[in-house]
Amino acid sequence: MMEPSAETYSAENASPLTKEQAIANLKSPDLSLRYYAAWWLGKFRVRDLEVVDALIVALEDEADTTEMGGYPLRRNAARALGKLGDIRAVPHLIRCLECSDFYVREAAAQSLAMLGDIAAAPALMQLLSGGIAAAVQEPGRPHLTQPYEAVLEALGAIGATEAISLIEPFLEHPVARVQCAAVRAMYQLTQDSFYGERLIKELDTNNLQMRRVVLGDLGAIGYLPAADAIANAKVENSFKLIALKGLLEHQLQQELDVSSISEDAIRLMNLMDSLL
Amino acid sequence: MTNTQKLIRAVTEADSPARIVAAVQELAAAKDEAAIETLIAVFGYNNPTAAVTAVAGLTQLGDIAVPQLLAQIDDYNYGARAYSIRTLAAIADPRALDILLTSAATDFAPSVRRAAAKGLGSLRFQKLDIPERQAAQAKALETLLFICQDADWSIRYAAIVGLQALAKIPELQQPIQETFAEILATDAENAIRARVQLAQKQMLGIGLVVSC
Repeated sequence: MMEPSAETYSAENASPLTKEQAIANLKSPDLSLRYYAAWWLGKFRVRDLEVVDALIVALEDEADTTEMGGYPLRRNAARALGKLGDIRAVPHLIRCLECSDFYVREAAAQSLAMLGDIAAAPALMQLLSGGIAAAVQEPGRPHLTQPYEAVLEALGAIGATEAISLIEPFLEHPVARVQCAAVRAMYQLTQDSFYGERLIKELDTNNLQMRRVVLGDLGAIGYLPAADAIANAKVENSFKLIALKGLLEHQLQQELDVSSISEDAIRLMNLMDSLL
Repeated sequence: MTNTQKLIRAVTEADSPARIVAAVQELAAAKDEAAIETLIAVFGYNNPTAAVTAVAGLTQLGDIAVPQLLAQIDDYNYGARAYSIRTLAAIADPRALDILLTSAATDFAPSVRRAAAKGLGSLRFQKLDIPERQAAQAKALETLLFICQDADWSIRYAAIVGLQALAKIPELQQPIQETFAEILATDAENAIRARVQLAQKQMLGIGLVVSC
């Protein structure tokens, strides 16, 4: 049985590298070393100007390609840049949204969501053009024409209220994960509890993988009324803990008085304690 | 055939997830020592509802279930192992100390480590003789302080919950308070700092009750 993704091995288990080695490896003749170095720099969140510059260069890599025309190193570099939190990467990631490789576009959208820069809104909205009529399976590929899930989530995360009318039709998209991403974004952009409640209802789905996704959505939007539904969901405790942590952090952000914790925060922590 | 034997057979012969849950509920409700082995085996059925029912049943049986829980830990199934550790933590018999120490520090599965960390704080140490008791408390403290520095936030969270429970022991309060102050000053996660604040607040509450 595979370890579910929230049960990740602790970071110490990875192969040892240094920052200098990893930067040098990004230009190694051995393409697998480049690929690994880009992943490593993101995984260990090596926040450093030189690292960000080297990864930005790697976004233009032409050497590492797959038979299907994909760019593995660009994908990993884009993913890493989201984790490093340097907004200098934003214009470069925006350019990646036009890359021919779906997975580069997806990684760029996910990282732009993490960097939270509203400047990415027009380019992200561009990927929704054509609406749900264009949001169909890419022929012969295991994904849709665009990384809609990541794009919708990013627009919600960066607060792109101007995208609301573009996002709304995706509430009816036939793919459940895309629907949930739209619901999540709509909640973030409108704060309307209608959308939060719709996510809670989704927790009743028979699909375990989908319940895990919905828990992630509820944690990401920090929807407090979902606390008990999360704690009672038929999902592994690791996923519930992450979702409740999302609610707790959201709650702590709302609280002005940092010296004392609110009843709501305590209630969330009591639920988390019970899931250990 | 005794009633418990019939109930055990119903568990082993159940052929749908819902029937397993119903059969485990009946077996747990029998509160019979003879059911222990079967209830532990349910942890490996990959049926979370049945497993939670088995945890509750074994916890009710209490200390009498501890030897078999210790002997039947599944080294090859981390899901089952987490239920065993949760049950041992809930029963809180100090004979589980060694397995909780090892699990908290070295198990590869975070779910197992979290359950062990929580359990280490609330063992019934008073069941041990004084020299043994002090050694056991010191080991529990040492392991929890160590895993407070884990890279995984959820392990640190569980360690704080364990330490808060351990702080009911007066001699251990000072190192625990110091560690909490340090986490509050240095941890990058808001959720972790908030859990430390809650622990401090509740420890203060306990202190006030004692001093009154």
